[in-house]
Amino acid sequence: MVKKPVNLTLNDSPRAAFADPGQNLLDFLRREIGDLSPKFGCGQGTCGACTVTIDGQTQLSCLVLAETVDGKEVRTASGLANGATLDPLQDAFMDHFAAQCGYCTPGMLVSARTLLDRNPRPTRDEVIEAISGNLCRCTGYEPIITAILSVAEGRARA
Amino acid sequence: MTIHTGRGFAAINYPIGMNLGGDPSQALVHSNPDGKFTVALSAIDLGQGMKSVTRQIAAETLGVPIEDVYVDTADSDTGPHDMGSFASRGTHRMGNAVIRASEEAREVMLEAAADELEVDASDLVTDGQGNIHVRGAPSRSITTMAASQAAQFKQGRTIAGRGIFLVPLSDVSPETGEMSPVTTFAHAAMLVTVEVDDETGEVTVTDMQSAYEVGRALNPKLVEQQLRGGAWMGMSHAAWETTEPHYPERDHRPEDFNSYLMPGPGDLAPHHISVLERPAADGPYGGKGPGEMCANPVLPAVVNAVYDAVGVRIDDLPVTPEKVLRGLQSNGGAKPRKAL
Repeated sequence: MVKKPVNLTLNDSPRAAFADPGQNLLDFLRREIGDLSPKFGCGQGTCGACTVTIDGQTQLSCLVLAETVDGKEVRTASGLANGATLDPLQDAFMDHFAAQCGYCTPGMLVSARTLLDRNPRPTRDEVIEAISGNLCRCTGYEPIITAILSVAEGRARA
Repeated sequence: MTIHTGRGFAAINYPIGMNLGGDPSQALVHSNPDGKFTVALSAIDLGQGMKSVTRQIAAETLGVPIEDVYVDTADSDTGPHDMGSFASRGTHRMGNAVIRASEEAREVMLEAAADELEVDASDLVTDGQGNIHVRGAPSRSITTMAASQAAQFKQGRTIAGRGIFLVPLSDVSPETGEMSPVTTFAHAAMLVTVEVDDETGEVTVTDMQSAYEVGRALNPKLVEQQLRGGAWMGMSHAAWETTEPHYPERDHRPEDFNSYLMPGPGDLAPHHISVLERPAADGPYGGKGPGEMCANPVLPAVVNAVYDAVGVRIDDLPVTPEKVLRGLQSNGGAKPRKAL
């Protein structure tokens, strides 16, 4: 079986690597590209820990074939911070203690950022809907919802 | 079809730690020549805040800024022995071990400083800002970094401390099983409101009001975070989660997140939390720890609330629609307690 070259834009940087036949995007990002921010939770598209965006749409990277992102724009949680400057959502997650073990956090952040980019002033229900594909077993969700709403209401990012 | 509302109450005593082998935890503390301290522990921070709390405890005891303390919980092969992060024992057991190790390290640090200042170590105090000075004479001062460097390069001293917390193993009565497994208890009381649908058997927790007594809340935001997340998990255990829905039949048991039932962000009940602070005599700075107790009172409170709402007494968790409907059937319909 022949490996396929995949050229993609990852968090605004052009990247290229070879994908194994049938390799999923999560595995490709972690092993071939070295972006460890998307997490492996369930491998079957249920937990949301591997959430990334592809051309602006949230996707579960464990269910996407790596070769299908050739020529596309992929964003992960590691692209949220700009150097030492964190995304306002990351600051809000810290301020509101929206993480305990932290395993769901990268996926939560990607889902939340995508929501706010599309809808800067979401309602509580819209926030809940946006993160309903991301499982968290520690926080009881309330601190996460509060953190996301605080950025939305604060208009911390234009 | 009617939606019945009910309220249920539960109160619990929760033991901190356990009896196994005396439940020991060890801590090692040492300074580097830059005057910063490392705390070595083998208990792991699972996200509950062990690193933050032991860091606070070490900084407070050593008398140095919290920024100057690093807690290393990296490796149970190379670190000092610890029973582990469970039994709600973290803050209490490891915190006490860290206090003892920090006291010993502080003593050596003050001796090193005393040699440099040519004073008696018992006359020295720390200002918590990284300075050591003679009591009442702040100008007779040396930084913790200078004291550490003097110890390392001139005096040949290791600024280090060892700490262990060990509860004497309690004998178990062969007749009754009676023992004294713990030295302190935490407490909680919980009032929940539920809605029970007498046609579908569905139970929804709509409100939670709680009071938790945790000793001193050493880090109030972390305490609240644990209580909020833990109580939600208790709600989930009460009304949603099970690996054996038809025990002892193994059919249809959940095997992955697709089939394992659990509440999501849309299934939250407002939770009003009160934290009672009653410092424990043998706790580190009075702390006990919320731990597993966060979840425990929710389960009996939900069961009691279901009984209040429809008169069905369930003694097998979780409270599934099937169990509620079977109970309603055998009772001949809903019998709200408030109607009695």
